[in-house]
Amino acid sequence: MFDAATAAPRAAVPAMPRDWRPALRRLGVLLVLALAWEGYGRWIANDLVFPTLTDTLAAFWRLTMTGELPARAAASLEVLALGYGAGLLLATLLVLFAVASAFGSEMLATLTAMFNPLPAIALLPLALLWFGLGTPSLVFVITHSVLWAVALNAHAGVQAIPPTLRRVGENLGLRGWQLTLRILAPAALPAIIAGLKIGWAFAWRTLIAAELVFGASSRSGGLGWFVFERRNNLQIDEVFAGLLAVILIGLVVEGVVFRVVEARTVRRWGLQR
Amino acid sequence: MSAPVLALDGVTIRFGTPRRPVTAVERLGFDVAEGERLVLVGPSGCGKSTLLAAVAGFLRPGEGRVLLDGVPVSRPGPDRMMVFQEFDQLLPWKSVAANIAYPLRLAGVATEEAARRAALLVRQVGLAGFEDAFPHTLSGGMKMRVAIARALAARPRLLLMDEPFAALDALTRRRMQEELLRLWREHGFTLLFVTHSIEEAVLVGSRVLVLSPHPGRLRAMLDVPEDEAGRAALQAELRGLLLPEEEAALV
Repeated sequence: MFDAATAAPRAAVPAMPRDWRPALRRLGVLLVLALAWEGYGRWIANDLVFPTLTDTLAAFWRLTMTGELPARAAASLEVLALGYGAGLLLATLLVLFAVASAFGSEMLATLTAMFNPLPAIALLPLALLWFGLGTPSLVFVITHSVLWAVALNAHAGVQAIPPTLRRVGENLGLRGWQLTLRILAPAALPAIIAGLKIGWAFAWRTLIAAELVFGASSRSGGLGWFVFERRNNLQIDEVFAGLLAVILIGLVVEGVVFRVVEARTVRRWGLQR
Repeated sequence: MSAPVLALDGVTIRFGTPRRPVTAVERLGFDVAEGERLVLVGPSGCGKSTLLAAVAGFLRPGEGRVLLDGVPVSRPGPDRMMVFQEFDQLLPWKSVAANIAYPLRLAGVATEEAARRAALLVRQVGLAGFEDAFPHTLSGGMKMRVAIARALAARPRLLLMDEPFAALDALTRRRMQEELLRLWREHGFTLLFVTHSIEEAVLVGSRVLVLSPHPGRLRAMLDVPEDEAGRAALQAELRGLLLPEEEAALV
C-alpha cells in the first residue's frame, strides 16, 4: 500500500484503481450467512439451543453497554499480552542464540521439532499442578503456544536471507550484534511477521480454550470463562454474544493490526506482495 | 613509484575436504597501484571471484598474504567496498538515498552531511528524482547504479567489483561500463574488477591480468593501450590466450 506521502515522485509503483469486487463478494457471503442464521433461528424458535442473529446482536449490544463484555475482553487480553510478551522474549533469545552459534541453531531446531506439534492446551493439566488455578497457568500455556511458532518462523527467515545481503553487511564492517540487528532482523522481517501472526492465532485460541476449563481467577475472568458461565446459566444468546466478541477481536488484530504493520514494512519494501 | 594499495603475495586458496582438496587459486601474486583499474579476466573456474572474496576479507587464504596499504587483510571492511553481481545487494528496507548514505552513517558521519553527500552521488549516477524510491521499484541497471554510488560513498581505498554487469542486458551493460569510467575520472578510485568478458576487460581496465583455470594461476599481465588499434590487438591476444582453454575445458 502506497500513500502519496511515501511514494517517490517518479519511481513509485503506478497507482492502480482499487478493485472493490472482492470486498463486495465478501459482503455478499456475510449477508447470506446472516440471513441463514436469522432464518434458522426463527424456524426452530428455541432460544435455549440456537438464538437468532437479532437476539445475539441485542445481547451483544446490551453486554457492551453494561461494560460486562469489554471488561471480560480486557481481562482476556491482559493475560494474553503477558503470555504473548513472554513467548516473544523467549523466542527472541532462542533465535539470537541460534543465529550466533551452530549449537544454538541445532538446539532451536530440536526444541521446535519436539514442542511445536504439542498443543499448548495439553499442557494445561500440568500447568495447573505447577502454578495452581490462576493467571500464571494461563500465561504458561500461552507462552508455550507463541514461543515455538515465532521461533520457528524467525529462524527459517534468517536462514532464507540471500547470502549476498549478509556479505553486504559484513562488507560495511558490521559483525555480531550489529549485523544481526541492522541486516538480518529487517531482512527476515516477512518471516518474523508471519510467525507473529501464527503465534497470535495460537495464543488467542489457547487462551479461550483454557478459560473454558477454568477462568475464574481472582477477578471476574475472561471471555472464555464468560461463555462457560452463561452456558451454565442457560443464557444462550449471551454465549453467542461472547463467541461473537472472540471472533471480532481475532478479526481486528489479524485484519487491522497486522495489516497496518505489513503495509508499513514488508509490503512497502517489496519483500511481500 | 609509490607503495601499492593492494599487494598479493603467494596467495593459495583451497576448498573442499582434507581428503579431496580443490585448489581454487595457487601461488598468486600481484600489486594494484593507486588509481589504476586492474581487471582479472579468465574462464569460469579460474578462481577470480574467490580471489576477490579473499581481498574483500570474506575468506582467508590458506597460504600467502593479502596486504592493503601494507597491512594484512583479516576481515571485511568498508575500506574495500564491494559491488556484487546480484540485484539483491541493496537493503530493501532503505530508500535509494538511505542505501547510499548508509556506509557514511555507519562511519559516524552526521545525518545532514551524509544526506548531502548521498544526494550528490545520486545525481552523479544519474538517479536524480529517485532518492525516495525503494529498491524493488528500480530496474536492474538502476539498482546497479545505486550499488556503485553506495560503494563510492564509503570512499574506499579499493573498489571491488565482481562481474557487476553480467546480469544486465547488452545495451545497459555497455552504458554502465562507460559510466563507470566517467565516475573513475571524477572520483579517481582504485579499482579491482572481475569479469569473464574480454571486451569488458579491455574497455574497463587500465591493466588486465589473465588467469588460467584449475587451479587459478597467473597466466599473463598486460597493459591496456590508449589507442583503438592497440585495444583491438589486445583483444585478439586475450582471445588467443583464453579461448582454446575454454574449448579444452568443455571436452
